[in-house]
Amino acid sequence: MKRLKKIARHTIFYAALIGIWALLARLKIWPPYVFPAPSSVLQSLRDGFADHSFWIGIAVSMKRILIGYALSIVLGMILGLGVASNKFLQETMGGLLVSLQSLPSICWLPLAVLWFGLTEKAILFVVVMGSLLSITIAMEDGRNQMPKIYKMAGRNLGASGFKLFWYVLLPASLPFILSGLKQGWAFAWRSLISGEMIFVSLGLGQLLMTGRDLNDMSLVIAVMILIIAIGFIVDGLIFRTLEKRLQNKWGLTPAV
Amino acid sequence: MTLNSSNFPVTEERKLPTHVGGNGRWKSGAAPNITTLRANDGAPSKVWLKGISLQYKASNGSRLLALDDISLQVKPGEFLCIVGPSGCGKSTLLHLIAGLHQPTSGTVLVDDHLIDGPGTDRILIFQELGLFPWLKVGENVEFGMKMNGVSKAERKDRVQHYLRLVHLSKFKDSYTHQLSGGMRQRVALARALATEPDVLLMDEPFAALDAQTRDLLHDELERIWSETGCTIIFVTHNVREAIRLGDRVALLTFRPGRVKREYAVDLPRPRHLEDPSVATAAREILNDLREEINKSIEAEYQGANV
Repeated sequence: MKRLKKIARHTIFYAALIGIWALLARLKIWPPYVFPAPSSVLQSLRDGFADHSFWIGIAVSMKRILIGYALSIVLGMILGLGVASNKFLQETMGGLLVSLQSLPSICWLPLAVLWFGLTEKAILFVVVMGSLLSITIAMEDGRNQMPKIYKMAGRNLGASGFKLFWYVLLPASLPFILSGLKQGWAFAWRSLISGEMIFVSLGLGQLLMTGRDLNDMSLVIAVMILIIAIGFIVDGLIFRTLEKRLQNKWGLTPAV
Repeated sequence: MTLNSSNFPVTEERKLPTHVGGNGRWKSGAAPNITTLRANDGAPSKVWLKGISLQYKASNGSRLLALDDISLQVKPGEFLCIVGPSGCGKSTLLHLIAGLHQPTSGTVLVDDHLIDGPGTDRILIFQELGLFPWLKVGENVEFGMKMNGVSKAERKDRVQHYLRLVHLSKFKDSYTHQLSGGMRQRVALARALATEPDVLLMDEPFAALDAQTRDLLHDELERIWSETGCTIIFVTHNVREAIRLGDRVALLTFRPGRVKREYAVDLPRPRHLEDPSVATAAREILNDLREEINKSIEAEYQGANV
Protein backbone atom coordinates (compact mmCIF):
# COMPACT_ATOMS: atom_id res chain seq x y z
CA MET A 1 0.00 0.00 0.00
CA LYS A 2 2.77 2.36 1.02
CA ARG A 3 4.71 1.32 -2.04
CA LEU A 4 1.73 1.95 -4.28
CA LYS A 5 1.31 5.42 -2.84
CA LYS A 6 4.96 6.14 -3.44
CA ILE A 7 4.71 5.00 -7.05
CA ALA A 8 1.60 7.14 -7.47
CA ARG A 9 3.36 10.21 -6.13
CA HIS A 10 6.27 9.68 -8.48
CA THR A 11 3.99 9.14 -11.44
CA ILE A 12 2.06 12.33 -10.73
CA PHE A 13 5.25 14.33 -10.33
CA TYR A 14 6.84 13.17 -13.57
CA ALA A 15 3.59 13.40 -15.50
CA ALA A 16 3.23 17.01 -14.35
CA LEU A 17 6.85 17.77 -15.24
CA ILE A 18 6.49 16.36 -18.74
CA GLY A 19 3.11 18.06 -19.07
CA ILE A 20 4.56 21.49 -18.31
CA TRP A 21 7.45 20.78 -20.65
CA ALA A 22 5.04 19.80 -23.44
CA LEU A 23 2.91 22.84 -22.78
CA LEU A 24 5.87 25.21 -22.92
CA ALA A 25 6.98 23.60 -26.18
CA ARG A 26 3.48 23.91 -27.57
CA LEU A 27 3.36 27.64 -26.73
CA LYS A 28 6.36 28.10 -29.05
CA ILE A 29 8.02 30.72 -26.84
CA TRP A 30 11.37 29.42 -28.10
CA PRO A 31 11.99 27.81 -31.49
CA PRO A 32 11.93 23.97 -31.48
CA TYR A 33 15.66 23.70 -32.20
CA VAL A 34 16.28 25.48 -28.90
CA PHE A 35 13.49 23.96 -26.88
CA PRO A 36 12.27 20.65 -28.32
CA ALA A 37 9.00 18.99 -27.35
CA PRO A 38 9.06 15.79 -25.25
CA SER A 39 7.73 13.90 -28.23
CA SER A 40 10.69 14.82 -30.41
CA VAL A 41 13.13 13.85 -27.62
CA LEU A 42 11.33 10.52 -27.40
CA GLN A 43 11.68 10.19 -31.15
CA SER A 44 15.42 10.86 -30.87
CA LEU A 45 15.70 8.20 -28.19
CA ARG A 46 13.93 5.73 -30.43
CA ASP A 47 16.02 6.64 -33.45
CA GLY A 48 19.22 6.44 -31.45
CA PHE A 49 18.47 2.92 -30.29
CA ALA A 50 17.13 1.94 -33.71
CA ASP A 51 20.29 2.94 -35.58
CA HIS A 52 22.41 1.35 -32.83
CA SER A 53 24.34 4.58 -32.17
CA PHE A 54 23.04 4.66 -28.56
CA TRP A 55 23.83 1.02 -28.01
CA ILE A 56 27.35 1.57 -29.28
CA GLY A 57 27.70 4.69 -27.13
CA ILE A 58 26.54 2.85 -24.02
CA ALA A 59 28.78 -0.12 -24.72
CA VAL A 60 31.86 2.01 -25.33
CA SER A 61 31.27 4.20 -22.28
CA MET A 62 30.52 1.23 -20.02
CA LYS A 63 33.63 -0.57 -21.18
CA ARG A 64 35.75 2.48 -20.40
CA ILE A 65 34.26 3.08 -17.00
CA LEU A 66 34.54 -0.55 -16.00
CA ILE A 67 38.21 -0.65 -16.92
CA GLY A 68 38.93 2.75 -15.37
CA TYR A 69 36.96 2.02 -12.23
CA ALA A 70 38.56 -1.38 -11.76
CA LEU A 71 42.00 0.21 -12.12
CA SER A 72 41.02 2.85 -9.57
CA ILE A 73 39.90 0.24 -7.08
CA VAL A 74 43.10 -1.76 -7.34
CA LEU A 75 45.36 1.29 -7.25
CA GLY A 76 43.25 2.98 -4.58
CA MET A 77 43.42 -0.06 -2.34
CA ILE A 78 47.18 -0.31 -2.67
CA LEU A 79 47.68 3.40 -2.18
CA GLY A 80 45.19 3.72 0.66
CA LEU A 81 46.61 0.80 2.59
CA GLY A 82 50.13 2.04 1.96
CA VAL A 83 49.29 5.46 3.28
CA ALA A 84 47.38 4.06 6.26
CA SER A 85 50.18 1.73 7.27
CA ASN A 86 52.91 4.34 7.44
CA LYS A 87 52.84 7.36 9.69
CA PHE A 88 55.19 9.39 7.53
CA LEU A 89 53.17 8.73 4.39
CA GLN A 90 49.97 9.46 6.26
CA GLU A 91 51.14 12.90 7.24
CA THR A 92 52.67 13.85 3.92
CA MET A 93 50.86 11.95 1.21
CA GLY A 94 47.55 11.99 3.10
CA GLY A 95 47.50 15.78 2.99
CA LEU A 96 48.47 15.85 -0.66
CA LEU A 97 45.67 13.44 -1.55
CA VAL A 98 43.05 15.57 0.16
CA SER A 99 44.22 18.73 -1.59
CA LEU A 100 44.40 16.95 -4.94
CA GLN A 101 40.80 15.92 -4.49
CA SER A 102 39.70 19.52 -4.79
CA LEU A 103 40.95 19.49 -8.37
CA PRO A 104 38.12 18.67 -10.83
CA SER A 105 39.29 15.57 -12.63
CA ILE A 106 38.74 17.09 -16.06
CA CYS A 107 41.70 19.34 -15.28
CA TRP A 108 43.84 16.26 -15.85
CA LEU A 109 42.71 16.06 -19.47
CA PRO A 110 45.18 18.53 -21.02
CA LEU A 111 47.97 16.69 -19.26
CA ALA A 112 46.57 13.35 -20.36
CA VAL A 113 46.30 14.47 -23.98
CA LEU A 114 49.88 15.67 -23.97
CA TRP A 115 51.09 12.44 -22.44
CA PHE A 116 48.94 9.93 -24.28
CA GLY A 117 47.63 11.87 -27.31
CA LEU A 118 43.98 11.71 -28.34
CA THR A 119 43.71 8.10 -27.34
CA GLU A 120 41.73 5.71 -25.20
CA LYS A 121 44.48 5.93 -22.62
CA ALA A 122 43.92 9.65 -22.14
CA ILE A 123 40.26 9.10 -21.28
CA LEU A 124 41.07 6.20 -18.97
CA PHE A 125 43.63 8.38 -17.24
CA VAL A 126 41.01 11.05 -16.54
CA VAL A 127 38.56 8.44 -15.26
CA VAL A 128 41.15 6.93 -12.95
CA MET A 129 42.21 10.33 -11.64
CA GLY A 130 38.56 11.11 -11.01
CA SER A 131 37.83 8.15 -8.79
CA LEU A 132 41.21 7.06 -7.48
CA LEU A 133 41.44 9.69 -4.77
CA SER A 134 38.02 9.01 -3.29
CA ILE A 135 38.78 5.33 -3.09
CA THR A 136 42.25 5.89 -1.67
CA ILE A 137 40.96 8.21 1.02
CA ALA A 138 38.14 5.81 1.86
CA MET A 139 40.56 2.90 2.20
CA GLU A 140 42.79 4.96 4.44
CA ASP A 141 39.83 6.06 6.56
CA GLY A 142 38.61 2.52 6.75
CA ARG A 143 41.92 1.26 8.04
CA ASN A 144 42.22 4.07 10.57
CA GLN A 145 38.68 4.16 11.87
CA MET A 146 38.05 0.45 11.95
CA PRO A 147 37.70 -0.57 15.60
CA LYS A 148 41.01 -2.04 16.75
CA ILE A 149 39.22 -4.86 18.53
CA TYR A 150 38.61 -6.69 15.25
CA LYS A 151 42.28 -6.79 14.43
CA MET A 152 43.13 -8.04 17.91
CA ALA A 153 40.37 -10.62 17.83
CA GLY A 154 41.55 -11.80 14.43
CA ARG A 155 45.15 -12.15 15.55
CA ASN A 156 43.99 -13.83 18.71
CA LEU A 157 42.16 -16.45 16.66
CA GLY A 158 45.21 -17.21 14.60
CA ALA A 159 44.85 -14.90 11.59
CA SER A 160 47.99 -13.20 10.34
CA GLY A 161 49.44 -11.68 7.20
CA PHE A 162 47.25 -11.96 4.14
CA LYS A 163 44.56 -13.95 5.97
CA LEU A 164 44.26 -11.21 8.58
CA PHE A 165 43.89 -8.62 5.83
CA TRP A 166 41.46 -10.59 3.71
CA TYR A 167 39.22 -12.08 6.39
CA VAL A 168 39.34 -9.36 9.06
CA LEU A 169 40.73 -5.97 8.10
CA LEU A 170 39.02 -5.74 4.73
CA PRO A 171 35.51 -6.76 5.85
CA ALA A 172 35.85 -4.70 9.03
CA SER A 173 36.53 -1.56 7.03
CA LEU A 174 33.94 -2.31 4.37
CA PRO A 175 31.38 0.22 5.62
CA PHE A 176 33.96 2.96 5.10
CA ILE A 177 35.21 1.56 1.84
CA LEU A 178 31.75 1.22 0.36
CA SER A 179 30.97 4.91 0.73
CA GLY A 180 34.29 5.68 -0.93
CA LEU A 181 33.56 3.24 -3.75
CA LYS A 182 30.21 4.91 -4.29
CA GLN A 183 31.71 8.37 -4.40
CA GLY A 184 34.49 7.08 -6.62
CA TRP A 185 31.96 5.69 -9.05
CA ALA A 186 30.10 9.00 -9.21
CA PHE A 187 33.33 10.89 -9.91
CA ALA A 188 34.44 8.33 -12.46
CA TRP A 189 31.15 8.62 -14.33
CA ARG A 190 31.32 12.41 -14.46
CA SER A 191 34.96 12.36 -15.53
CA LEU A 192 34.27 9.86 -18.26
CA ILE A 193 31.45 11.86 -19.86
CA SER A 194 33.49 15.09 -19.69
CA GLY A 195 36.50 13.34 -21.18
CA GLU A 196 34.49 11.85 -24.00
CA MET A 197 33.13 15.24 -24.96
CA ILE A 198 36.56 16.57 -25.79
CA PHE A 199 37.40 14.48 -28.82
CA VAL A 200 35.92 11.93 -31.21
CA SER A 201 35.74 8.87 -29.09
CA LEU A 202 32.37 7.18 -29.64
CA GLY A 203 30.85 6.92 -26.18
CA LEU A 204 27.95 8.85 -24.68
CA GLY A 205 29.90 12.07 -24.17
CA GLN A 206 30.73 12.09 -27.84
CA LEU A 207 27.05 11.59 -28.72
CA LEU A 208 26.24 14.73 -26.77
CA MET A 209 28.73 16.67 -28.84
CA THR A 210 27.34 15.13 -32.03
CA GLY A 211 23.97 16.56 -31.04
CA ARG A 212 25.56 19.95 -30.62
CA ASP A 213 27.38 19.73 -33.95
CA LEU A 214 24.17 18.82 -35.75
CA ASN A 215 22.26 21.47 -33.86
CA ASP A 216 19.99 18.62 -32.74
CA MET A 217 18.70 19.62 -29.31
CA SER A 218 16.43 16.56 -29.12
CA LEU A 219 19.43 14.31 -29.44
CA VAL A 220 21.31 16.26 -26.76
CA ILE A 221 18.47 15.90 -24.30
CA ALA A 222 17.93 12.26 -25.22
CA VAL A 223 21.58 11.47 -24.45
CA MET A 224 21.41 13.46 -21.22
CA ILE A 225 18.46 11.36 -20.15
CA LEU A 226 20.42 8.26 -21.02
CA ILE A 227 23.39 9.38 -18.91
CA ILE A 228 21.15 10.16 -15.96
CA ALA A 229 19.42 6.81 -16.32
CA ILE A 230 22.65 4.83 -16.28
CA GLY A 231 23.98 6.76 -13.31
CA PHE A 232 20.73 6.20 -11.49
CA ILE A 233 20.68 2.49 -12.24
CA VAL A 234 24.22 1.93 -10.97
CA ASP A 235 23.84 4.13 -7.92
CA GLY A 236 20.30 3.18 -7.03
CA LEU A 237 20.39 -0.48 -7.80
CA ILE A 238 23.93 -1.66 -7.29
CA PHE A 239 25.26 0.57 -4.53
CA ARG A 240 22.04 0.96 -2.62
CA THR A 241 21.56 -2.80 -2.61
CA LEU A 242 25.08 -3.31 -1.34
CA GLU A 243 24.57 -0.72 1.36
CA LYS A 244 21.31 -2.25 2.45
CA ARG A 245 22.83 -5.67 2.63
CA LEU A 246 25.70 -4.34 4.69
CA GLN A 247 23.33 -2.59 7.07
CA ASN A 248 21.32 -5.74 7.53
CA LYS A 249 24.43 -7.65 8.40
CA TRP A 250 25.91 -5.10 10.74
CA GLY A 251 22.63 -4.08 12.31
CA LEU A 252 20.67 -0.95 11.47
CA THR A 253 23.19 1.33 13.08
CA PRO A 254 26.54 -0.05 11.97
CA ALA A 255 28.88 -0.72 14.86
CA VAL A 256 31.47 1.70 13.59
CA MET B 1 52.37 -7.58 52.85
CA THR B 2 51.96 -10.90 54.55
CA LEU B 3 50.19 -13.74 52.93
CA ASN B 4 48.76 -15.48 55.92
CA SER B 5 45.06 -15.25 55.67
CA SER B 6 43.40 -17.47 58.20
CA ASN B 7 39.65 -17.13 58.02
CA PHE B 8 37.60 -19.82 56.47
CA PRO B 9 37.01 -20.11 53.57
CA VAL B 10 40.02 -18.27 52.32
CA THR B 11 42.69 -20.62 53.41
CA GLU B 12 46.34 -20.85 52.96
CA GLU B 13 46.22 -24.54 52.34
CA ARG B 14 45.38 -25.45 48.77
CA LYS B 15 43.29 -28.60 48.88
CA LEU B 16 42.17 -30.91 46.17
CA PRO B 17 39.22 -29.33 44.47
CA THR B 18 36.02 -31.06 45.39
CA HIS B 19 34.39 -30.58 42.03
CA VAL B 20 34.87 -32.94 39.14
CA GLY B 21 36.12 -30.15 36.97
CA GLY B 22 39.45 -29.69 35.39
CA ASN B 23 40.92 -32.38 33.24
CA GLY B 24 41.99 -34.57 36.05
CA ARG B 25 45.55 -33.35 35.86
CA TRP B 26 45.33 -32.22 39.45
CA LYS B 27 47.55 -34.38 41.57
CA SER B 28 46.26 -34.69 45.07
CA GLY B 29 49.69 -34.50 46.58
CA ALA B 30 50.72 -31.55 44.51
CA ALA B 31 48.18 -29.17 45.93
CA PRO B 32 50.20 -26.02 46.21
CA ASN B 33 50.35 -23.87 49.21
CA ILE B 34 49.87 -20.28 48.26
CA THR B 35 52.81 -19.13 50.29
CA THR B 36 55.10 -21.32 48.27
CA LEU B 37 53.57 -20.59 44.90
CA ARG B 38 56.20 -18.13 43.92
CA ALA B 39 58.95 -20.66 44.08
CA ASN B 40 58.54 -23.48 41.63
CA ASP B 41 57.32 -26.34 43.73
CA GLY B 42 57.81 -28.91 41.03
CA ALA B 43 54.17 -29.15 40.06
CA PRO B 44 53.56 -28.57 36.35
CA SER B 45 52.56 -25.04 35.39
CA LYS B 46 50.26 -24.44 32.50
CA VAL B 47 50.93 -20.73 32.49
CA TRP B 48 53.92 -19.28 34.22
CA LEU B 49 54.43 -15.52 34.42
CA LYS B 50 57.97 -14.75 35.46
CA GLY B 51 58.65 -11.22 36.62
CA ILE B 52 56.42 -9.50 34.07
CA SER B 53 56.79 -5.73 33.82
CA LEU B 54 55.27 -3.46 31.26
CA GLN B 55 56.08 0.16 30.61
CA TYR B 56 53.98 2.41 28.46
CA LYS B 57 55.26 5.47 26.76
CA ALA B 58 52.68 8.16 27.43
CA SER B 59 51.96 10.74 24.75
CA ASN B 60 53.85 13.42 26.67
CA GLY B 61 56.97 11.25 26.57
CA SER B 62 56.87 10.19 30.19
CA ARG B 63 56.94 6.52 31.00
CA LEU B 64 54.15 4.83 32.82
CA LEU B 65 54.77 1.58 34.63
CA ALA B 66 51.60 -0.45 34.12
CA LEU B 67 52.70 -3.82 35.44
CA ASP B 68 55.51 -4.33 37.92
CA ASP B 69 57.23 -7.65 38.44
CA ILE B 70 54.21 -9.89 38.24
CA SER B 71 54.86 -13.53 38.90
CA LEU B 72 52.05 -16.05 38.81
CA GLN B 73 51.79 -19.73 38.17
CA VAL B 74 48.64 -21.38 36.94
CA LYS B 75 48.20 -25.13 37.14
CA PRO B 76 46.71 -27.16 34.32
CA GLY B 77 42.95 -27.13 34.60
CA GLU B 78 42.98 -24.43 37.25
CA PHE B 79 40.47 -21.59 37.34
CA LEU B 80 42.37 -18.47 38.37
CA CYS B 81 40.55 -15.20 38.89
CA ILE B 82 42.38 -11.91 38.85
CA VAL B 83 40.77 -8.99 40.62
CA GLY B 84 41.90 -5.43 41.04
CA PRO B 85 40.73 -1.84 40.75
CA SER B 86 40.21 -0.40 37.29
CA GLY B 87 43.51 0.74 35.88
CA CYS B 88 45.58 -1.94 37.52
CA GLY B 89 46.48 -3.54 34.23
CA LYS B 90 44.38 -6.69 34.58
CA SER B 91 43.34 -6.64 30.95
CA THR B 92 46.85 -5.83 29.82
CA LEU B 93 48.11 -8.88 31.64
CA LEU B 94 45.71 -11.05 29.64
CA HIS B 95 46.86 -9.42 26.40
CA LEU B 96 50.41 -10.33 27.32
CA ILE B 97 49.49 -13.95 27.94
CA ALA B 98 47.57 -13.98 24.66
CA GLY B 99 50.73 -12.75 22.96
CA LEU B 100 49.08 -9.62 21.55
CA HIS B 101 51.70 -7.45 23.26
CA GLN B 102 55.16 -8.10 24.58
CA PRO B 103 56.18 -7.34 28.17
CA THR B 104 58.98 -4.84 28.72
CA SER B 105 60.72 -7.40 30.88
CA GLY B 106 59.95 -10.84 32.17
CA THR B 107 58.64 -13.86 30.34
CA VAL B 108 55.37 -15.63 29.76
CA LEU B 109 55.69 -19.39 29.62
CA VAL B 110 52.91 -21.72 28.55
CA ASP B 111 53.80 -25.40 28.94
CA ASP B 112 57.37 -24.18 29.43
CA HIS B 113 57.39 -22.55 26.01
CA LEU B 114 58.18 -18.90 25.67
CA ILE B 115 55.26 -16.86 24.33
CA ASP B 116 56.20 -14.29 21.72
CA GLY B 117 53.01 -14.03 19.68
CA PRO B 118 49.37 -15.05 19.46
CA GLY B 119 48.55 -18.72 19.29
CA THR B 120 45.36 -20.70 19.42
CA ASP B 121 46.53 -22.67 22.42
CA ARG B 122 45.48 -19.53 24.33
CA ILE B 123 42.30 -17.74 23.35
CA LEU B 124 41.30 -14.42 24.82
CA ILE B 125 37.67 -13.42 25.15
CA PHE B 126 37.72 -9.65 25.04
CA GLN B 127 35.63 -7.48 27.27
CA GLU B 128 34.00 -6.00 24.18
CA LEU B 129 33.94 -9.51 22.64
CA GLY B 130 35.14 -8.49 19.18
CA LEU B 131 32.63 -10.70 17.42
CA PHE B 132 32.71 -10.08 13.69
CA PRO B 133 29.47 -8.37 12.66
CA TRP B 134 29.97 -9.30 9.01
CA LEU B 135 29.84 -13.00 9.83
CA LYS B 136 26.94 -15.13 10.95
CA VAL B 137 27.07 -16.75 14.36
CA GLY B 138 28.19 -20.07 12.92
CA GLU B 139 30.84 -18.38 10.79
CA ASN B 140 32.13 -16.52 13.82
CA VAL B 141 32.54 -19.80 15.66
CA GLU B 142 34.18 -21.30 12.59
CA PHE B 143 36.62 -18.43 12.12
CA GLY B 144 39.51 -19.56 14.30
CA MET B 145 39.42 -23.07 12.84
CA LYS B 146 39.37 -21.68 9.31
CA MET B 147 42.43 -19.57 10.03
CA ASN B 148 44.22 -22.61 11.35
CA GLY B 149 43.50 -24.86 8.43
CA VAL B 150 41.01 -27.22 10.04
CA SER B 151 39.22 -29.23 7.36
CA LYS B 152 35.79 -28.13 6.27
CA ALA B 153 34.05 -31.26 7.50
CA GLU B 154 35.60 -31.00 10.93
CA ARG B 155 34.82 -27.30 11.14
CA LYS B 156 31.18 -28.05 10.49
CA ASP B 157 31.10 -30.69 13.21
CA ARG B 158 32.84 -28.50 15.74
CA VAL B 159 30.63 -25.50 15.02
CA GLN B 160 27.63 -27.68 15.71
CA HIS B 161 29.18 -29.13 18.82
CA TYR B 162 30.20 -25.85 20.40
CA LEU B 163 27.02 -24.04 19.50
CA ARG B 164 25.12 -26.84 21.18
CA LEU B 165 27.43 -26.53 24.18
CA VAL B 166 26.41 -22.89 24.64
CA HIS B 167 22.78 -23.56 23.68
CA LEU B 168 22.80 -21.49 20.52
CA SER B 169 22.28 -24.15 17.85
CA LYS B 170 19.18 -22.41 16.58
CA PHE B 171 21.04 -19.17 15.97
CA LYS B 172 23.75 -20.50 13.70
CA ASP B 173 22.57 -18.36 10.78
CA SER B 174 21.79 -15.18 12.70
CA TYR B 175 23.97 -12.12 12.68
CA THR B 176 25.46 -11.12 16.00
CA HIS B 177 23.57 -7.83 16.25
CA GLN B 178 20.35 -9.81 16.30
CA LEU B 179 21.31 -11.47 19.58
CA SER B 180 21.01 -10.31 23.17
CA GLY B 181 24.07 -9.44 25.24
CA GLY B 182 24.11 -12.80 26.99
CA MET B 183 23.79 -14.66 23.72
CA ARG B 184 26.62 -12.68 22.17
CA GLN B 185 28.71 -13.56 25.19
CA ARG B 186 28.00 -17.22 24.57
CA VAL B 187 28.92 -16.86 20.89
CA ALA B 188 32.27 -15.43 21.96
CA LEU B 189 32.71 -18.36 24.31
CA ALA B 190 31.87 -20.86 21.57
CA ARG B 191 34.19 -19.09 19.15
CA ALA B 192 37.02 -19.32 21.64
CA LEU B 193 36.32 -22.93 22.58
CA ALA B 194 36.03 -24.06 18.96
CA THR B 195 39.76 -23.62 18.46
CA GLU B 196 40.11 -26.02 21.42
CA PRO B 197 42.52 -23.91 23.42
CA ASP B 198 44.31 -25.21 26.50
CA VAL B 199 44.04 -21.84 28.15
CA LEU B 200 40.99 -19.62 28.09
CA LEU B 201 41.62 -15.98 28.96
CA MET B 202 38.52 -14.02 29.89
CA ASP B 203 38.49 -10.26 30.32
CA GLU B 204 35.55 -9.11 32.45
CA PRO B 205 33.28 -11.06 30.14
CA PHE B 206 30.10 -10.71 32.17
CA ALA B 207 30.49 -7.13 33.38
CA ALA B 208 27.87 -5.67 31.05
CA LEU B 209 25.20 -8.29 31.64
CA ASP B 210 22.14 -8.21 33.84
CA ALA B 211 22.29 -10.27 37.03
CA GLN B 212 20.10 -13.14 35.83
CA THR B 213 22.01 -13.64 32.61
CA ARG B 214 25.28 -13.44 34.47
CA ASP B 215 24.21 -16.11 36.99
CA LEU B 216 23.21 -18.36 34.15
CA LEU B 217 26.49 -17.85 32.35
CA HIS B 218 28.44 -18.55 35.55
CA ASP B 219 26.75 -21.95 35.67
CA GLU B 220 27.42 -22.57 32.01
CA LEU B 221 31.02 -21.51 32.20
CA GLU B 222 31.61 -23.80 35.16
CA ARG B 223 29.97 -26.69 33.33
CA ILE B 224 31.99 -26.06 30.16
CA TRP B 225 35.16 -25.75 32.19
CA SER B 226 34.56 -29.13 33.77
CA GLU B 227 33.63 -30.67 30.41
CA THR B 228 36.63 -29.35 28.48
CA GLY B 229 39.19 -29.36 31.25
CA CYS B 230 40.79 -26.17 30.03
CA THR B 231 42.73 -23.76 32.19
CA ILE B 232 40.93 -20.48 32.74
CA ILE B 233 42.33 -17.11 33.71
CA PHE B 234 39.42 -14.83 34.42
CA VAL B 235 39.75 -11.11 35.01
CA THR B 236 37.01 -9.30 36.88
CA HIS B 237 36.51 -6.35 39.17
CA ASN B 238 33.75 -8.23 40.94
CA VAL B 239 35.16 -10.04 43.96
CA ARG B 240 32.10 -12.17 44.50
CA GLU B 241 32.21 -13.32 40.94
CA ALA B 242 35.87 -14.23 41.40
CA ILE B 243 35.04 -16.36 44.43
CA ARG B 244 31.99 -17.85 42.76
CA LEU B 245 34.18 -19.14 39.92
CA GLY B 246 37.80 -19.37 40.93
CA ASP B 247 39.97 -22.04 42.47
CA ARG B 248 42.25 -19.20 43.36
CA VAL B 249 42.03 -15.43 43.34
CA ALA B 250 44.93 -13.08 42.75
CA LEU B 251 44.55 -9.47 43.82
CA LEU B 252 46.44 -6.82 41.87
CA THR B 253 47.41 -3.43 43.23
CA PHE B 254 46.55 -0.12 41.61
CA ARG B 255 49.12 1.32 39.21
CA PRO B 256 51.60 -0.15 38.86
CA GLY B 257 49.91 -3.53 38.96
CA ARG B 258 51.60 -5.93 41.33
CA VAL B 259 50.33 -9.14 42.85
CA LYS B 260 49.24 -7.95 46.26
CA ARG B 261 47.99 -11.26 47.51
CA GLU B 262 46.71 -14.63 46.40
CA TYR B 263 43.80 -16.45 47.97
CA ALA B 264 42.91 -20.10 47.59
CA VAL B 265 39.16 -20.53 47.42
CA ASP B 266 38.24 -23.78 49.06
CA LEU B 267 34.50 -23.76 48.83
CA PRO B 268 32.65 -26.76 47.44
CA ARG B 269 31.20 -26.37 43.97
CA PRO B 270 28.73 -25.49 42.69
CA ARG B 271 28.77 -22.18 44.50
CA HIS B 272 26.28 -19.39 44.24
CA LEU B 273 26.86 -15.69 44.30
CA GLU B 274 24.49 -15.27 47.23
CA ASP B 275 25.97 -18.06 49.37
CA PRO B 276 26.93 -16.68 52.77
CA SER B 277 30.29 -18.41 52.51
CA VAL B 278 30.96 -16.61 49.22
CA ALA B 279 30.03 -13.33 50.85
CA THR B 280 32.31 -13.99 53.81
CA ALA B 281 35.22 -14.83 51.59
CA ALA B 282 34.51 -11.82 49.41
CA ARG B 283 34.54 -9.51 52.42
CA GLU B 284 38.09 -10.39 53.25
CA ILE B 285 39.35 -9.80 49.73
CA LEU B 286 37.26 -6.64 49.51
CA ASN B 287 39.01 -5.25 52.56
CA ASP B 288 42.31 -5.62 50.78
CA LEU B 289 40.88 -4.37 47.54
CA ARG B 290 39.32 -1.28 49.08
CA GLU B 291 42.73 0.15 49.81
CA GLU B 292 43.61 -0.14 46.14
CA ILE B 293 40.29 1.25 44.98
CA ASN B 294 40.85 4.28 47.19
CA LYS B 295 44.21 4.79 45.55
CA SER B 296 42.63 4.63 42.12
CA ILE B 297 39.91 7.09 43.08
CA GLU B 298 42.49 9.41 44.52
CA ALA B 299 44.52 9.23 41.33
CA GLU B 300 41.44 9.98 39.27
CA TYR B 301 40.58 12.88 41.51
CA GLN B 302 44.06 14.34 41.21
CA GLY B 303 43.98 13.75 37.49
CA ALA B 304 40.73 15.70 37.26
CA ASN B 305 42.26 18.61 39.12
CA VAL B 306 45.34 19.00 37.01
